Amino acid sequence: MTFVLEIRDLQVSYRSREGVLCPALAGVSFGLLPGEIMGVLGESGSGKSTLAVSLVRLLPGNGEIIRGAVHFEGKDLLRARPDELQQIRGRRISLIFQEPSLALHPTMRAGEQVRQVLAAHSSPGKSTLSERTRQVFAEIFPEEAGRISRSYPHQLSGGQRQRVLITQAIACGPSVVIADEPTASLDPATQMEILAVFRTLRERLGLAMIFITHNPALLSGFADRVLVLYGGRVVECGPAEEVLASPRHPYTKALFESIPAVSEERANGRKTRLPVILGDSSRSSLPRGGCPFEPRCTEKMNICREREPALVNLSASHVVSCFKYES
Amino acid sequence: MKVEVSAGGQDMQPLLKVENLVKRYATRSLAGAREELLALNGVSFTIFPGTTLAVVGESGSGKSTLASCLACLESPTTGNIWFEGEDIVKLPKRARRQVRPKIQLIFQDPASSLNARWSVLEILIEPLILQGKFTPEEMNQRASSLLERVGLSPDIVERPPTELSGGQRQRVAIARALALEPKLLILDEALSALDCSVQAQIANLLMELQSSLGMTYLFITHDLAMAAHLADDLAVMNRGRIVELGPAEQILKQLRHETTRQLLAAVPRLIRAWPPVEQ
Amino acid sequence: MRYLLRRLGHALFLLAGVSVLAFLFTALAPGNYFDEMRLNPQIRPETVAALRAQYGLDKSLPVRYASWLGSVIHGDMGFSFAYNSPVAPLLLVRARNTLLLAITAMLLAWAVALPLGVWSAERLGRLPDRLLSWGTAALLVIPDLALALGLLVLAVRSGWFPTGGMASVDFETLSPLNRLRDLALHMILPVTALVLSSLPLLIRHARAAVADVLNAPFLLAAVGHGIRRRTLLYRYALPAAANPLISLFGFSMGVLLSGSLLIEVVMSWPGLGPLLLEAILARDLYVVVGGILFSTLFLVGGNLLADFLLYWADPRIRTESSAP
Repeated sequence: MTFVLEIRDLQVSYRSREGVLCPALAGVSFGLLPGEIMGVLGESGSGKSTLAVSLVRLLPGNGEIIRGAVHFEGKDLLRARPDELQQIRGRRISLIFQEPSLALHPTMRAGEQVRQVLAAHSSPGKSTLSERTRQVFAEIFPEEAGRISRSYPHQLSGGQRQRVLITQAIACGPSVVIADEPTASLDPATQMEILAVFRTLRERLGLAMIFITHNPALLSGFADRVLVLYGGRVVECGPAEEVLASPRHPYTKALFESIPAVSEERANGRKTRLPVILGDSSRSSLPRGGCPFEPRCTEKMNICREREPALVNLSASHVVSCFKYES
Repeated sequence: MKVEVSAGGQDMQPLLKVENLVKRYATRSLAGAREELLALNGVSFTIFPGTTLAVVGESGSGKSTLASCLACLESPTTGNIWFEGEDIVKLPKRARRQVRPKIQLIFQDPASSLNARWSVLEILIEPLILQGKFTPEEMNQRASSLLERVGLSPDIVERPPTELSGGQRQRVAIARALALEPKLLILDEALSALDCSVQAQIANLLMELQSSLGMTYLFITHDLAMAAHLADDLAVMNRGRIVELGPAEQILKQLRHETTRQLLAAVPRLIRAWPPVEQ
Repeated sequence: MRYLLRRLGHALFLLAGVSVLAFLFTALAPGNYFDEMRLNPQIRPETVAALRAQYGLDKSLPVRYASWLGSVIHGDMGFSFAYNSPVAPLLLVRARNTLLLAITAMLLAWAVALPLGVWSAERLGRLPDRLLSWGTAALLVIPDLALALGLLVLAVRSGWFPTGGMASVDFETLSPLNRLRDLALHMILPVTALVLSSLPLLIRHARAAVADVLNAPFLLAAVGHGIRRRTLLYRYALPAAANPLISLFGFSMGVLLSGSLLIEVVMSWPGLGPLLLEAILARDLYVVVGGILFSTLFLVGGNLLADFLLYWADPRIRTESSAP
């Protein structure tokens, strides 16, 4: 099956104020199949947000794409012209930012903001535009579509704002939606609602999604495949059930173990020390040469400091980047 | 490693006893109509020293209002708050100022609760300066020992918070709270903004501080899993009322109230069926 | 609605307060209109005293204030000793002239500052922006007086512009079209001086307001949706920057008015400025109070207008309630 979006060896760095290049993505490659939900798991410093904005070339001024290719509908997005990009953004690939309260225009009504997205990519008459806006609102807000459409962002709750962002994203019927931590600022009940919205959209519209999050539990029963990012590299990628139920990479394993479960599921008692990954993943600790996780790994070997591991095939669909699995 | 917590038995004096706390907000809509928001509608509970009470509930259930009332940031409309036997609601201002250092509050967003223009050192010694009892050398020393206590290396004292990671900032916030040797720490969604692995680190720190210093925690969160992990007792809030109150394990097993069931249902679960670590 | 009524109430309160203060300061300042006469040996002291009594200058301050207030309600606003007429008609004519200048300068200044500010904000930090910053800094440093005098020198040397006043000697004999042209010619210098003196402030603030918005997440999100550049600027950036810009508008009105008083005097434009100056020097009490009050009226009016505009432009102020 051909990928609807294929990323090859993406390397992105940021130039600091002193002019030093700090790597954020150090060679990320993966493919997104049509209609699949790919969960990208990454914590701070892993490069997940950089990945999201790089795909549609929305890097801030000090971001530089060092190399790589992003193939989409026959074009390499990293080498596309600005007018081509403008046609693709919002219409073929949509990006849902974090922080819905910041991603919406403060003094424009919700309906108008969606209408603007539609207007940017087609030029039908005014009434057709309004009709289409109404339709797309009704899809995401089965009740109160009219009220939400007329409201300003500050009059909406966090969950409602997030849904407006989703409405904007799907208004033009894209084939890929990239969502960067869409549920980060929401409480659990609203989180579940939003995930349900995404599921429904995938079923009804056949959307392919890249869902970026730092919480692996959200991907259970939601994502088809899971990709784990650490230090700007892919450390593990495979079918969701495999990666979530039996992770191979030491980082993935350690990450899952550090998440508490509600008491009924856990073997050891309450109030025990959670197994943690020592140290933190701040960018400054990215080593040069060697595996990025090596300083914090409990299963490290000598070779881990010398060379960077390559991606090893554990099965047809599951890859991991760790010397433990190199035969 | 099981952390032995002195789960203060019934013969111990409660550290905090809240009785019928009510907080009403009067707002005025633009049309002039007077509207009332009942944020807390008769909340009562007790916390014994050295234990953790977790308060869970959805947004708007009144959890944060509870935190501000207990930390003396706001005054409740009616009700009593007994801290170490004294009703702090009825205390005159001067006496309340003596009580304040003993109840400290840790917020959700470490970025905005730490002054971005100060260095870590200045942040840590600010409460000490306000107390006015220490010499500069003593303050510097305390700052270093506080940093060690929360697992940070003392050489970050010169750095501003913007150069620290989320987890480090939250540790600094905890260190600052510890500077005044409080008895009660109120954590208002203190872990929610952190990455999963960092949450585990801070949770461990909190438990270690509880066992070594005998800290008492009021842990407000909407993360039921973390609450279940850290808490001795659990209070489930809904619309300004506590609908379930009791030992955490019991409540989560019996699931008597609808709200508790709903909250539990909303917790995302990670499928965990892998065999224990090989080798 | 309540918001607007409240702002109106504040404005009226402010005006009343200013009138009291102006009255107090002017009346308490040493000397009065008739001092000149007292120095004149030809006028007998009794005449001076009688004149003073006639104009009520020997009564106590609160009484004088009260009768002045009555005169305001009556429409006279007190009596001018120098001009021997009620103050109000004098002020109205002069106020009209000042407003003409101020409003024209305002519109022109904004018409220049806003596009420049946007242009500069789009190129933030780069050479064109830096050059503009240096230019505005230089302009800011030059005192208004120097600007006005410099323009006058230009007028004298080149002979292109009249060197003062509002109308030529033969104004009455001109046709309407020529009258307009004559007025415009006379206005060019004072307006230019006013515009140049207020540009630096406006450009810098416009630049800052737009730059803030251009960096905002919602703008980046809009780019991510493929919104075109022109729409981004006019439908997204400017409306979002409207809030600080409108407040600046209200503020700049006041700045402009105080600046105009000076420039009117220098360029002999028959506005409130020269009148006020004369009246202060002559201790023409009621003219001074009236003049100050009018100036305040413009200032407060400008800010009130800004408040109204803000209410209309920013829905967050309009709809103060928000969903839980």
